[in-house]
Amino acid sequence: MASVPRSFLLLSIIPTILILCADFACCNTGRKTGDGLDTDFSGFSVPLEHSFQVDDVSRFRMRGALQLRGGRETSVSLSQSQLSEEDRNTLKVGEEVAAVDGLYKIRVPRVSLTDRQTERQMDGYLTAFVRACSLVESHLSDVITLHTDVSGYLIGVSIVTIPGACRGTEVEDEVDLEAFNTTLTIIAPTNAPQPETALFIERMDIEHEKRGKPQEQKSFFAKYWMYIVPLVLFLMMSGAQDQSGGGAANGGGR
Amino acid sequence: MKPPAKMSKPTSLFVIFFSLFVMSEAVFEDQVGKFDWRQQYVGKTLFAHFDSHSQSSKKLFLATDKNIFASFNSRTGDLFWRHVDKVGPEGTIDILLLHGQDALMVVGGGRLLRSWDTNMGGLNWEAVLDTGSFQAACFVAIQDTVKHVAVLKKAVISLHYLTNGHQKWVENLPDSDTVQYQAVYSGGEEEVYVLGVVPNSHLTIIAYSLEDGEIIKQRSVEAPWLSSVESSCVVIGQGVLMCVDPATLALYTLPIQAEEAPQFNQILLQSLDLEVSLGFQPVLVSSQPHPARSPISEFFLQLGPDHHVLLQLNADGYTIAALRDFQPAFLVSFATTGEKTVAAVMTPKNETACDINLFSADSGRRLLDTTVIFPLDLNGGKPFKLYVHAFLKKDDSVGYRVLVQTQDHALTFIQQPGRVVWTREEALADVVTMEMVDLPLTGTQAELEGEFGKKAAIQDGLFPMVLKRLSSQVILLQVWLAHLWKLFYEARQPHGQVKNEVTIETLSRDEFNLQKMMVMVTASGKLFGIDSKSGSILWKHYLENVQPNAVFKLIVQRTTAHFPHPPQCTLLIKDKDTGLASLHVFNPIFGRKSHIAPPALPRPILQSLLLPVIDQDYAKVLLLVDDQYKVTAFPSTKNVLQQLQEMASSIFFYLIRSDQGNLSGFRLRKDLSTERIWEVVLPTEVQKIVAVNGKRPNEHVHSQGRVMGDRSVLYKYLNPNLLAVVTESTDAHPERAFVGVFLVDGVTGRIIHEAVQRKARGPVHFVHSENWVVYEYWNTKSRRNEFSVLELFEGTELYNSTVFSSLDRPHLPQVLQQTYIFPSPITTMEATLTEKGITSRHLLVGLPSGAILSLPKMFLDPRRPEVVTEHSREENLIPYAPEMPIRTEWFINYNQTVARVKGIYTAPSGLESTCLLRFCAGCSPMMEVVAYGLDIYQTRVYPSKQFDVLKDDYDYVLISSVLLALFFATMISKRLAQVKLLNRAWR
Repeated sequence: MASVPRSFLLLSIIPTILILCADFACCNTGRKTGDGLDTDFSGFSVPLEHSFQVDDVSRFRMRGALQLRGGRETSVSLSQSQLSEEDRNTLKVGEEVAAVDGLYKIRVPRVSLTDRQTERQMDGYLTAFVRACSLVESHLSDVITLHTDVSGYLIGVSIVTIPGACRGTEVEDEVDLEAFNTTLTIIAPTNAPQPETALFIERMDIEHEKRGKPQEQKSFFAKYWMYIVPLVLFLMMSGAQDQSGGGAANGGGR
Repeated sequence: MKPPAKMSKPTSLFVIFFSLFVMSEAVFEDQVGKFDWRQQYVGKTLFAHFDSHSQSSKKLFLATDKNIFASFNSRTGDLFWRHVDKVGPEGTIDILLLHGQDALMVVGGGRLLRSWDTNMGGLNWEAVLDTGSFQAACFVAIQDTVKHVAVLKKAVISLHYLTNGHQKWVENLPDSDTVQYQAVYSGGEEEVYVLGVVPNSHLTIIAYSLEDGEIIKQRSVEAPWLSSVESSCVVIGQGVLMCVDPATLALYTLPIQAEEAPQFNQILLQSLDLEVSLGFQPVLVSSQPHPARSPISEFFLQLGPDHHVLLQLNADGYTIAALRDFQPAFLVSFATTGEKTVAAVMTPKNETACDINLFSADSGRRLLDTTVIFPLDLNGGKPFKLYVHAFLKKDDSVGYRVLVQTQDHALTFIQQPGRVVWTREEALADVVTMEMVDLPLTGTQAELEGEFGKKAAIQDGLFPMVLKRLSSQVILLQVWLAHLWKLFYEARQPHGQVKNEVTIETLSRDEFNLQKMMVMVTASGKLFGIDSKSGSILWKHYLENVQPNAVFKLIVQRTTAHFPHPPQCTLLIKDKDTGLASLHVFNPIFGRKSHIAPPALPRPILQSLLLPVIDQDYAKVLLLVDDQYKVTAFPSTKNVLQQLQEMASSIFFYLIRSDQGNLSGFRLRKDLSTERIWEVVLPTEVQKIVAVNGKRPNEHVHSQGRVMGDRSVLYKYLNPNLLAVVTESTDAHPERAFVGVFLVDGVTGRIIHEAVQRKARGPVHFVHSENWVVYEYWNTKSRRNEFSVLELFEGTELYNSTVFSSLDRPHLPQVLQQTYIFPSPITTMEATLTEKGITSRHLLVGLPSGAILSLPKMFLDPRRPEVVTEHSREENLIPYAPEMPIRTEWFINYNQTVARVKGIYTAPSGLESTCLLRFCAGCSPMMEVVAYGLDIYQTRVYPSKQFDVLKDDYDYVLISSVLLALFFATMISKRLAQVKLLNRAWR
């Protein structure tokens, strides 16, 4: 389904090369670019292709080239050309794709960012789509995200437009549809947290210490001696009286 | 049970909302079995023995394919005890031998030899056997007493004492790499014979001395026609080996104990006037009543599927006499009591019944008055095996009871003269999937519902409506009077005679929709309809020709809500290897097959999805995607196809090929073909997809967000199309192993979140619901089980609050995650589900101990703070603790453990919705929970306590008498006060 006739691909590349004015979007994983390390990896580029056809048959054409830099600091940048007159017409003026709830699809080949040897062996593409109308209405401002797995393989690509809604507003200005305004990110998997035992124990210790100091356990007697002593005294007194009384009675009995 | 009365207590409501910590799962002792029931099963019977130790014994011993050794009460079918061994080949029961009070068992492919005490079910002893696959075992007797058991393995024979399991001797078998030793025989003499075969070459007989295991003699007999001793030979009479050869159509006899070089003696079946059915492999059936004596010289020869012959070996040991020909006869079996051996033969009587008769084994004469009728269930399987328990009556005649095993794993116990004492549906030991269906309304209820239906109101005018109303009231009055009369009538009956049985006819929905129909699909292909209140089986239906590796998917296409259209369920049966599927459409209330013809499915089916689209008969549309990505709709009426065409561009679905690590999304086209629109590939060399879980379509989320301590709202990311994909690394090294969790939008293929749990491996159990995913895994570094919870939030502002669309949600959600230690392994996990989703959620966790834990979701909340603050206290968040507690009062099944929990099903009851209508503030929803595995356990849980329902021990009499007394007291005192006032006025 996704296979592209080779001749067609060639033809579609030619006009894109001729256009010199290239739009440029760049990003990395949040770290500084231009570190010395980056120069070790010269990076490599993979084609980013797109398709927006009316008749639901995907015909992918070159949209730009993704410059991928693997290694410790994965970064990616995209150099892409403007949309050709013809493409703009298909996308908007003809209002064909957008009108029939058509889809704008992009695809990148499956590559590995770290292991350059296996890059060519993997076949197949990663595909994503967005509604063509929303791309038009957002004036070609899209966000493309590349996802990698733990070992640096590209596993998925996604595209969204901002705003994402299709409200049916007309895009008057032709110029709005000339160049892509692309934000590009690459996302690697996050590490899920482990149970925070160390922190918990630490906190428990602190709490324990806090609680430990003021609450020096006094003995029961030490706490309540002021009540116990009079009570005992009273009992002793009354007991002594009883005993003396009892003793007297006993004595009387004999 | 008294219906739970409803009572409005708005004041107590707030108290309860803020005291959610206290759970009310615990039951009081007198409530045991009131709201719950458990049924215990054992599985498909492999070996069955009656306890013949004493005449009056009621015990029946079974060994099953679920690795269970069980004892039943043969009078009632109840379980005395059972021993559940390990799952898989480690626990398989190879053989069960019974002698006196000892039951001997070889377990795990010849790993262990066990002896059980049949009285109490305790283990006498256990002996570890030498390695090697198990072949055969038999008792060995010496001078009429059984003292040993011989176990034959591939290359070794060993003799064990029956009293303590100690090994008397063990000997290697000669030439075990070429000879296949398959049988061991002892006829009560000083020798043990081992029979081996070199297929299509010769038979080897080795006699071992009982004393020291020395080989006394070793014979080799030419037998080029013989391929297996096990399947084609038996020992009969005074040690004569009888074999049958389907190729030459002949019987062969050979005296095992012969001194000189023995030869097989051929007897052609033709000479006995016997003919084998075309393509049938003849089977021999013999009987050795007592291990100390030789087998009887009579035997059965099965010549066709329903043709058996009783034959006798004459005293000379060479010639055979035919005693009786049984045609048609499905099953035969020998049974011995005292000195008498009888043969039981099952013959078809008519469409619905079979006859079982006893015949004297030595003459073939029919014994008088021994006919027992076995009723054939049209919705069950065919008879498969016969186990006969014969006994001597007072007048010395032979009486018997018979246990019939059918193809659907059911066991039926029949007593003379043809009374079915009990039936056990052992197919229920392997429930694959289930659904709960609301019961239909009774006619009157339906009438009332219909009265207020929209259609009726539009069609009729005012006057007919009034008339209708009056007539329905009259009907209600009639029903009520009939009910009163029934109560009165039953009250006059002597106690105990009142039958309170549930039948299909009396089924109707109760006030709170508590009673439901459980539709259970079992691995054997038998479907059951079970009443959720009592657990009684109301209907069953056996689907024949279901492959043993079939995968089932049960879909409720139309619920009971669309009177007068009957409810409709569809079962998709798919062959796991070929992917070819078929549909079975039935009515879930009565189990009857629907007259609607399902579409033919010539191509393998990849995916099935139920659309919210309904046809004119209110049946939801089922879409089936085949391997060429073509879509078949069922039902496929014109109306449906038209709707599908209109909606085609908004119908998306996904396919997962876990062997290629491929997830792809498709969109439907107008011509019902499909278009691939996205593709995500997880390289299989790194990780493999182990499970994918979407959300339950019938899930409702009540609150859009969570109110935080500072009164702002944190909105949940509620994406109904979200898929949770769990992967495991291919690298199994404990340091490098990981579990991956991917949240993928099923429509756009966008990876919403991607997390890796390092140093972890499966089995991963996970639940995906609302805006959270909870998963459990094994931490390889710390060697413990851990729970992790992921919650997705949109943030403090909603992007589009009116409707969720996967296509228009550009911002990624915030993901919060926390991990906890769980002190137990788990077997299965499920989240509770209520009708409107107001209640606090619980996780139902099945533990290997058989307990089902109801774990409040509050404990699995990634927002649990490490340091308690004012805000977190305001929000009722529990401070973070790394270990998850297991409290015994959270076990919803108290001591009713469920062995090998495989699945937990929760169904909301109607209580939440009904109370929603009445008091908007809140209610005490309840849900039915069914845990199935080896056992089935059903109970009700109330995740938010039962605060608006009166307790079932509520004292109505006291309250009403107090009320009445107060009423009269006020009346009297009023009267007295009036009198007093009057008197004062006169003064």
